[in-house]
Amino acid sequence: MAGTWGRFNITALVLGFAFLYLPIVLLVIFSFNESRLVTVWAGFSTRWYVSLLSNRGLIDAAWVTARVAFISATVATVLGTMAAVALTRYSRFRGRLLFSGMVFAPLVMPEVITGLSLLLLFVAIGLDRGFMTVTLAHITFSMCFVAVVVQSRLVSFDRSLEEAAMDLGATPVRAFFQVILPIILPAVISGWMLAFTLSLDDLVIASFASGPGATTLPMKIYSQVRLGVTPEINAICTILIAIVTVGVIVASIVNKRREVRRREELLALSG
Amino acid sequence: MRKRVSNLGGRVVVAVPYLWLLVFFLVPFFIVLKISFSQTTIAIPPYLPVFRWQDGISGFVQNLGALSFDNYLWLAGDPLYVNAYLSSLWIAAVSTLLTLLVGYPLAYGMARAPLSIRPILLMMVILPFWTSFLIRVYAWIGILKPEGLLNQFLMFLGLIDQPLVIINTTTAVYIGIVYSYLPFMVLPLYATLEKMDYSLIEAAEDLGCTPLSAFWKITFPLSLPGVVAGCMLVFIPAVGEFVIPDLLGGSQTLMIGKTLWNEFFANRDWPVSSAVAIVLLLILVLPIVYFQRAQARARERL
Repeated sequence: MAGTWGRFNITALVLGFAFLYLPIVLLVIFSFNESRLVTVWAGFSTRWYVSLLSNRGLIDAAWVTARVAFISATVATVLGTMAAVALTRYSRFRGRLLFSGMVFAPLVMPEVITGLSLLLLFVAIGLDRGFMTVTLAHITFSMCFVAVVVQSRLVSFDRSLEEAAMDLGATPVRAFFQVILPIILPAVISGWMLAFTLSLDDLVIASFASGPGATTLPMKIYSQVRLGVTPEINAICTILIAIVTVGVIVASIVNKRREVRRREELLALSG
Repeated sequence: MRKRVSNLGGRVVVAVPYLWLLVFFLVPFFIVLKISFSQTTIAIPPYLPVFRWQDGISGFVQNLGALSFDNYLWLAGDPLYVNAYLSSLWIAAVSTLLTLLVGYPLAYGMARAPLSIRPILLMMVILPFWTSFLIRVYAWIGILKPEGLLNQFLMFLGLIDQPLVIINTTTAVYIGIVYSYLPFMVLPLYATLEKMDYSLIEAAEDLGCTPLSAFWKITFPLSLPGVVAGCMLVFIPAVGEFVIPDLLGGSQTLMIGKTLWNEFFANRDWPVSSAVAIVLLLILVLPIVYFQRAQARARERL
């Protein structure tokens, strides 16, 4: 066991995690507050969750967001995985430098710039802003995140397996689906999840790329937050936090199980 | 036969994402660049000059002459924009330093924790990163308001009699940035601290170094790659941040992301917002390139 587990370290961890979690915990607690005043506790109640059900605008926005996130995450995963394969498997093709630059630049690009530039593109080609333009915008920035996640897995991957498959007569396409994909699948899945949550969370790019009729949930939450803090927003935020938390925990358990099983299989093969 | 298929498959794998990024990333960037040189017309495209294929080369050259630097001169001449850029850089730099001060002890504590609980601690740092940015910023409004939880708590303890004014000040923006970007700082720091050989510190202490000077002479220099990566991951996005200054900073805080947003949505001045975006990009190019280089060097060392 490495290191001393001193008093300083424990204090640092407790304070650090308190800072990270306290605001979220308080937000969740006050979503169950009876009072309309968010910061004065007046007893436990689920009335704000009930009143959410009759808030047509929020439900519509949630539905739009879910569809945008699902479609954009799926397309972004396919494109991002292709980009990752292109970057790791083909060391030279024309314009590779530009390509890798375009894959990594959106990761650090300020959202206001990405949003503005996409909007100006949609206006220039005469595309009506709405559901489709938000989806296109989300695909574009989340595919880069997927590419980075998948690439890190592809780099550490033993190429001889793929070569062996091709020596045994598999076409490259078949080798990809039968050998490479199963190995990089955990990265592809976490890439999809990352793309999904990025799309779910995005306010800035969606505000630029969207038009009337395609208000996403973050846009709706933002416009209500500007009017003030209400327990209803706390309730919708709590639901979103719960969904994301359960998703992340389930995914990490599934990934862990897969990894353990793979290791056992490899041990059995080599033993 | 196999080779042809391989070429075809390979070409598709490269071409599809390549084309996508060309159309949706590079072309939009050039549109922004072009509009930033256009004459100001309030939200009525097309912006002059219009480039058309049928004009040919001579028309192209003529149109180039019609482009103007007016929007950039306007930015340089208006103290509002200059101040917004400067204060964005300042706020981002201060918040980056604060994030480092908060994140370093946390990452250090994690790296020295028993091996068995490290994955759980790591998971606990990553989890808030998955929850919505907007929600995490929103959570702080209820805490920092004059009648919010922090003031209630401090008044309950008897430390203050008057509520502190924190929301709608730069302090609130610092808190928001430190809070939102903390995982970006902690993860690279943890990665370098975890790999460190702690027998070096034991050796230093055996040779008479105090724990504090051992930290400054050994631990901190060895963790520098993580410090650089973490600081860049916080600083670069913080400069163009919109949500945090808008929700926590109020009208007092001047940041360029907010200025661009207002220029676009409130004033509907597209050419000026494009110019604001281009200048912001030029400011960020230097740290971005530096960061990419540092990352590439770190990868080579592995």
